[in-house]
Amino acid sequence: MPDPSFVFAQSLSGLTAAMFLFLIASGLSLIFGVLRVLNFAHGTFYMLGAYSAYQLVQWLGPGPGRFWIAALGAALAIAVLGGLVERLLFRHLYGKEELYQLLFTYALVLILSDVAKIVWGTQQKSVSRPPELTGSLSLFGAIVPHYNLLILLLGPSIALAFWFVLQKTRAGRVIRAAALDRETLGALGVNVDRLYTLVFMLGSFLGGLGGALIAPMRATVPGMDTEIIVEAFVVVVIGGLGSFWGTFLGALIYGQVLSFGILFFPRFSIFAVFALMAAVLIVRPWGLLGRPLQ
Amino acid sequence: MTPRAPAAARWAPAVALAAAFCVPALGSRFYTFVANDVVIWALFATSLNLLVGYTGLVSFGHAAYFGIGAYTTGLLMKKAGVSFLLAFPAAGGLAGAFALVFGFFCVRLTRIYFAMLTLAFAQIVWAICFKWNEVTGGEQGMPEIPYPDFGWLERLGAAVPAVAGWRTAEYYYFLTLVLVALCLWVLRRIVGSPFGRILTTIRENPERAEFIGVNVRRYELSAFVLAGVFAGLAGGLFGIFNRGVFPDFAYWTKSSEVLIMTLLGGMGTFFGPGIGALALILLNQQIVSYTEYWPLVLGTILVVLLFGFPGGLAGAALALWQRARRRLGGA
Repeated sequence: MPDPSFVFAQSLSGLTAAMFLFLIASGLSLIFGVLRVLNFAHGTFYMLGAYSAYQLVQWLGPGPGRFWIAALGAALAIAVLGGLVERLLFRHLYGKEELYQLLFTYALVLILSDVAKIVWGTQQKSVSRPPELTGSLSLFGAIVPHYNLLILLLGPSIALAFWFVLQKTRAGRVIRAAALDRETLGALGVNVDRLYTLVFMLGSFLGGLGGALIAPMRATVPGMDTEIIVEAFVVVVIGGLGSFWGTFLGALIYGQVLSFGILFFPRFSIFAVFALMAAVLIVRPWGLLGRPLQ
Repeated sequence: MTPRAPAAARWAPAVALAAAFCVPALGSRFYTFVANDVVIWALFATSLNLLVGYTGLVSFGHAAYFGIGAYTTGLLMKKAGVSFLLAFPAAGGLAGAFALVFGFFCVRLTRIYFAMLTLAFAQIVWAICFKWNEVTGGEQGMPEIPYPDFGWLERLGAAVPAVAGWRTAEYYYFLTLVLVALCLWVLRRIVGSPFGRILTTIRENPERAEFIGVNVRRYELSAFVLAGVFAGLAGGLFGIFNRGVFPDFAYWTKSSEVLIMTLLGGMGTFFGPGIGALALILLNQQIVSYTEYWPLVLGTILVVLLFGFPGGLAGAALALWQRARRRLGGA
């Protein structure tokens, strides 16, 4: 029987990973829910978010509060990038075959990741933790850095804020309506084109924010985009494509399976994650909390 | 509706095969190497086209079967010392068996869910190859896969001068060429058969196919298995050609690469994916001598293709030919 404090630390690290994944995957899921497109480039937006945060930190220099400005600025920059891509290119593929849409987003992966290489090189970039949060806390014998604690709190708060916006505001109702019936919504006088751009920007914002916030914890390197996107796919598929709480649940499950998988079957934890994804797709293709597509 | 190919195009495969046989005679190791690469990828892409182009099933995990084939041949030949004559069909057999199991579940899903499940299975295969160090060599892969034994060809060379004097890599190229040509011939027969017509019917309208009494799932599964078998055979050939087998053969980006090839050449035309393989590999060889940013170029080509030429190279060529004929006919 493993030491309880170790189990606790392990589940906490799984939880931290889950909150990151939730941030990223919720953007992916939102875009899928409304636009019905799986965006392979979402992982690249995440990577660009991390690079942008690094760049902004370099420009701003050290100092209290600077990291947060950089993270927010990076997320906004990625939102603008997402908006441009949607408006200028992606829009023309709506209504075409799904394969074309998927391949277009894959083309973005290829292009943007090379652009990142041209701008930032192949050396890994690291961002130091914000000075306010360099300490750590001892919880039940496990050492938890303050920064991780913040992420643990930030994940659910963003989730709640999101849920609130989607359920209680007019904008949220319009977004949910767009997910259900685009034509009727247009006939009711809503500018659906603009709504799609906004949704794409919001999704990209979440991806970029995830990248910016992970920059102090993991090194920013080329290739982090193709890795994270499969993980995000696993999360949204387990939870249910387009389902908001499903994504949250999916992220929690993913984080725990991965961190305890590493503990008990160190070699096959990646295997377990994909096996879980396949199992969910076989038994309940629309995910644990999703609804079947019409 | 797909436009009919010009009469000259019917002879093109034979001409292409003859030309391919002459490549080693140019005397450049490099050309033979590139040609070998093209030939194997052409088979891989054509096998995917059976699914995507003919049956309308978008698989995002076709690399799984390529990888399984490569590891099968590699393991059998390197670790068990099995002859190529057995190891090569085994690649197709095992890939087909996996395709049967995976496909059984995949064909129950439609569209995006189908794509996601094929991706999940491919990632499972990748994860096993990546982590099962004792058998697959893990992350490091499995280098130094031996070539098939060409001793008999060299002995034959004593009697037939045309056979003598080639290097092993060239013998392997000829072998690949013959095997791929055979596979393509079989695939062509499959596509042209009543079975192939039903696949096209399913692509066009699965509900209607169901109405006229076609067991859609069973046909889709058959297509899935056949595509898996031929991808496995391509993988088997590739592992030896590449002198090593690595887990990224089954990684999801490989599946995207072969999809791009298929799209570039033209989906739904039989030789389109082969042309796509040729175009993409030649282009890659050209580009990488100028810049390291090949993905950037590839991505840009893909965007141009998606927006400008969704029929791929073969589709664009056919459209051009038809326009020319109409103009001539009208005059």
